[in-house]
Parts: sequence; structure tokens; C-alpha cells
Amino acid sequence: MLQIRNLHARAGDKEILRGIDLDLKAGEVHAIMGPNGSGKSTLANVLAGRESVEVTKGQVLYLGRDLLAMPPEERAWEGLFLAFQYPVEIPGVSTLYLLKAGLNAIRKHRGLPEVDAIEFLALIKEKMKLVDIDQSFLSRAVNEGFSGGEKKRNEVLQMAVLDPKLAILDETDSGLDIDALRVVANGVNGLRSKERSMLVITHYQRLLNYVVPDRVHVLYNGRIVRSGDKDLALALEKKGYAWIEQEARGMAAGAPPSA
Amino acid sequence: MSTARAGIEKDPYLAAFARLRKESPAWKGSWTRPLREAAITRFAEIGFPTLQEEEWRKTSVAPILRVPFAAQPAYSANGFTAKALERYTFEPWECTHLVFINGHFAPGLSRLRPLPEGVIVEPLAQALEKRRDEIEPHLARHADDRHHAFAALNTAFMQDGVYVRIADGASIEEPLHLLFISTSRGEPVVSYPRNLIVAGKGSRLSIVESYVGPHHDLYFTDALTEIVAGEDAAVDHYRLQRESEKAFHVAVLQADLGRYARLGSWNISLGGGLVRTDVNALFGAEGGEVRLDGLYITGGSQHVDNHTLIDHASPGCTSHELYKGVLDDRSRGVFDGRIIVRKDAQKTDAHQTNKNLLVSEDALVDSTPRLQILADDVKCTHGATIGQIDEDAMFYLRTRAISEAAARNLLIQAFVSEVLHGMRIEPIRAGLECLLFTRLRKGHGAGVEA
Repeated sequence: MLQIRNLHARAGDKEILRGIDLDLKAGEVHAIMGPNGSGKSTLANVLAGRESVEVTKGQVLYLGRDLLAMPPEERAWEGLFLAFQYPVEIPGVSTLYLLKAGLNAIRKHRGLPEVDAIEFLALIKEKMKLVDIDQSFLSRAVNEGFSGGEKKRNEVLQMAVLDPKLAILDETDSGLDIDALRVVANGVNGLRSKERSMLVITHYQRLLNYVVPDRVHVLYNGRIVRSGDKDLALALEKKGYAWIEQEARGMAAGAPPSA
Repeated sequence: MSTARAGIEKDPYLAAFARLRKESPAWKGSWTRPLREAAITRFAEIGFPTLQEEEWRKTSVAPILRVPFAAQPAYSANGFTAKALERYTFEPWECTHLVFINGHFAPGLSRLRPLPEGVIVEPLAQALEKRRDEIEPHLARHADDRHHAFAALNTAFMQDGVYVRIADGASIEEPLHLLFISTSRGEPVVSYPRNLIVAGKGSRLSIVESYVGPHHDLYFTDALTEIVAGEDAAVDHYRLQRESEKAFHVAVLQADLGRYARLGSWNISLGGGLVRTDVNALFGAEGGEVRLDGLYITGGSQHVDNHTLIDHASPGCTSHELYKGVLDDRSRGVFDGRIIVRKDAQKTDAHQTNKNLLVSEDALVDSTPRLQILADDVKCTHGATIGQIDEDAMFYLRTRAISEAAARNLLIQAFVSEVLHGMRIEPIRAGLECLLFTRLRKGHGAGVEA
């Protein structure tokens, strides 16, 4: 599904990713954990194609193709989805319109006919159950005036409708109380399948109680410094990131500390 | 610009007036003659505005003065057929369309529908003599042509337009559409459309003025509309400026409101090479309500200047103003929004917003809110923004499978929708949305109407 090789990237003149290697197979859920500033969100943005982040070295293969050569929309057409940490408010564009336009763009790319208004409404109603969203949501402008929880649920709804092959969830748990977290996690779990891979980026372990990952990677200072199974997340929760930081400093003897 | 040169620029207009004074059968013996004479005298005194004048600082009228425009003396269809009008009439919109070509009423192209009792809708040129008693107290009594050369010229040369009078308590549900078409056919033509709308006590009316012309045609429209809204009257006024990209368009809308009268004004500018509009509202008595919405979408080398003036001369009135601009290519926009709250206009509630979206590096906009508040118990706010397309929103939409071009268009549409959605005539709202959508899809950016 996804192979990342020696990925380096920077934003402005600050080097943020310093050599990431990762393999994600179809149907797998991997978690990326790490302290603030370790490069988690940058990785998500590079994979989704944000232009303000510059890839300086390395390669990313997605379904055997050079992901980095594709513009963001083509990545979406090919089945990649990013759930934003901070979903953007877009006044004047309804959620319904956005979803329909997106879904039809993907269908067009795959040589499928556009869905009509009635089919689309039926589809979206079914998906809305997954995240417990009220229908009034759809006519509201995208994320405008949404609460933090509504924004995150909207991200999961969009994911459900666009039906990606690879979903990247960037701190989808941040800013949620426990009830909202449960709703979002249930939504995500409902979308797990043998064909769909997920990269779950999170600062805290608590989301991983609900969305149990196959692998956990710890990102520190732009590199994956440790990988393991779900127990690694539990260990991190108990010992904190200081443990990893110490270990990483030891490993990288002489390397400059995190900026 | 020296005074001497400005003097020369006036000459063709003064000469044209002298000719008409001698030759025009319509002017001969008309009660409007002194009005015209007074107006041309004022024009001769003030001359064309220069960039040194505060109200014209951002707009040079020099390009208008370089072209030898001439008015068409009498009606001619100029080859226009009913079929050719369809692109301007928002089909299948059922309403009264009054068509004017190069300033003259076109009876054969107009579509008149039965009017309710108490409603008069007539070409102004016909109504002037017939209805002198009711027109004379209003015509040229509301718009200020003492400081506005083009308003003075309009009064001096006014040709035709519409006279609307709604009796006290009467109403017309169907909008009235005035379609002013210009076409130069090689000879640069100037027209002086003039409208007078008198809405009686408690009456209701909505009126649409369209200004259009074929592509690449060079002509000049100098238009003026006066609206008098009586006590508790409600008037909606739409002006849709879709002139040729080479045309000059200067227009004034003056609305005077009585007690508790309400005015909705939508000023939409899509075409024109050099455009200047003044939309003025005066609260002559307490409790009035005004909503001024505007939208200017420019491209190429268009220059569109919107001046608005809301004069809170009476207490307890409310004004809401929202003007939005989308500027592409090398075009230039101007928004100058003046609000005066007079000393006795306590409990005034005035809000003004101007937002601009620059979609090219070379586009430019000037936004000047001017609030003069002389009363102390008032609520006044204003805000102006000039921005570019939000890159975060672009990225977000593209990750949702929407192509870069489509995302950009969607954000432009979303930006203008705030104004379009407020429109209360569905065929106009939908028609404009469609026009804009087609234009964006053709990849003209926000440019001149294609």
C-alpha cells in the first residue's frame, strides 16, 4: 500500500523530517506517536501533498506509484484521505456540496458515472449514522461555526463517503472529550477493512484503546526511533516521551537535539 | 489636468447641447427646458472631475473624454431582434421588460404585462408632458447634480427611461425589468437613461435595471435613477451592469426615504471598461431601513469604482451595507463608502462591510470607508478586508478530490454567494449564479463576461 523510504522534508528552512522509513500493508492500521514538534503532522501533510512542505530527499510509493509526483487532488482520486488536525472552515460551501463534488470527482477518475442527488442522499444518510451526525449538518457551510467535536466527526464522515484506500488521521482525537472520542473512534473502527489501511497519528495513547493498531511507531526529531506492537503505546503512556528522548539522544550520539 | 484642457473637453458636450436647444422637437416648449438649461450651466461651471477631486481621486475620466461620443437622435432598433435579447432577459422570467436602445424606448422589443391598479409604468419621455404635475415635483429634485458633472449632463441631455408611480397602498408583485442596450455600430454612441420611481405610502415594488451591450462595442452610458419611497414603502432595486468590456458606464442612483420606508439595493457590476457608480440613500424621516449590497467582478484591464453614500439625516434609521469584489488580471476596483450620521440622527444603526478577493498578482483594489458621525447615541461599525484565495482552504478542498481549478472557482463562488443569496428575485439570482459559474468554468478567472 504505502512505502516510505528515507523521507526528508522541510518547511521554510527548518528541516523537520530527517529520514523516515515505513511500510504499511493493505488492511493494516499503524499508529504514529511522538512528542510535539517531532514531525507527525508534517508527515501527514507531505503524504497529502501540502505544497508548503518541501521534500528534500527520499521516496514514497503508494500502490506502486510515485506519490510525491501527484498533486493533492490526484492523491485523493487514487484513494488517499487526510483527516485534518485542524479542519478548515469554508464559508459559503455546504458540507453536502463538498462531499458530492469530491465523491463525483473520484468516480469520474475511476470511469464511473456521477451519483445523482437521490442516490447521494441515501449514501450520505447511511454514513451519517456512523458518526452520529444530524442531517442539518449537511446544509451548513463546511466546518463554519462547528464545535471541535463536530469538526472531527465531519472529517470521519467525509472519510466514510469518499471511501479511501489509505486514510491518514492527523490527531483526530485532539480536543475531544471522552464521549466525542468514543463516537469518532467507533466511526473509524466501522471503516476498518481488509482493503483499507490507516495511519493514525496521535500524541496520546487513549485513542489507541479504541482503535487498536497493528503497529506503533514512535517519531522523534524527524525519525522513527522505535517501532513495536500496541504494547509500545502502553509503555509510552506509562513512561512518557522522556524515555524515548533519552534513548534517541543516546542512539544519535552527537546529533543536534530537537530545535 | 489643467483647467484649460478641461475646458476643451467640455466643448463637444456644450456644442451638442446648443444644437439640441435649436433642433430638438422634444425640448421645444417643454417644461423640462429650464431644468436642462440649469443643468448644462452647472456642468459648464464644474466641468469634468479631475484626480484632484476627493470624490474622483481613484478614477480618471480622461479616457471617456478622448472619444467623440454622439447621442442617437431618435429610436432605431439597430438590428436588434427579440431573439437577441434573450441572453439579457433571464428566460423564462415572466415580468414586464421595458427595452431601450441607445437611450430610446423600443416598443417593438418591450414586453408589457397587465399592471395592477394604482400602478403607472411608462416611458419617461412620454410621461413627461402628460404627467407633468406629478413628475415636476420630483424630477431632478433628489439627485445632486451640483457636484457631479455626469449627473448634470444626464439632466441636461436626458432622453428616456421609465417613470414608475405606485399609488398609496398599491403594490406590484412582479418585478419590472428595464433593459438598456447600447450598440455603437462603429460610431461611438452616448446615451442618457433617466428613471424616476415614486413609491407611494405603504406601497411595494421591485425594479431591475440592466445595462448591456455587445462585445467590443465602444460606447458610453451616463445613467441616473431617482427613487422616492414614501412612508412605509418598500422598494427593491437591482442594477446589473453587464456592459461591453470597452464601454464607459457612469451612473447615479439616488434614493430618498420617507418615514419607515425600506430600500434594498443590489449593485452588480460585471462588465464595462471604465465604470463608476454612485449609490446614495437619504433618510429624510425617522425609522427607515436601507440595505445596500454590491458585487463587482472584474478582469482584464477593467476599472470599477463604487461610491456609496448613506445619509442618516433622521433618527432611528438602520443601514446595512455589504460590498464584495473579486478582482482578476490587471483590473482595478474602488470602494468608497461614506456614511454620515447627522447631529439629530440618534439611535442610528449603521453597518458597513467591504470585502475584496484578489485572484491575480496584478489586480488592485482601494477600499475607503468614510464615517462621519455627529450624533452620540448610535451604533456604527465598518470593516474592510482585502485578501487572496485562502491557501489552507484550497489544500483542504484538493484533499477532498476537488481539482485545483475547481477548488479556486468554488472559493470564488462561495465568496460572492453571500451577496447573491440575499437577492429576492429568484430568476436574477439564479441567472447571475449561472453566468458567473459559466465564466469561471471557461477559465476566464473572474474576468469580463464572456
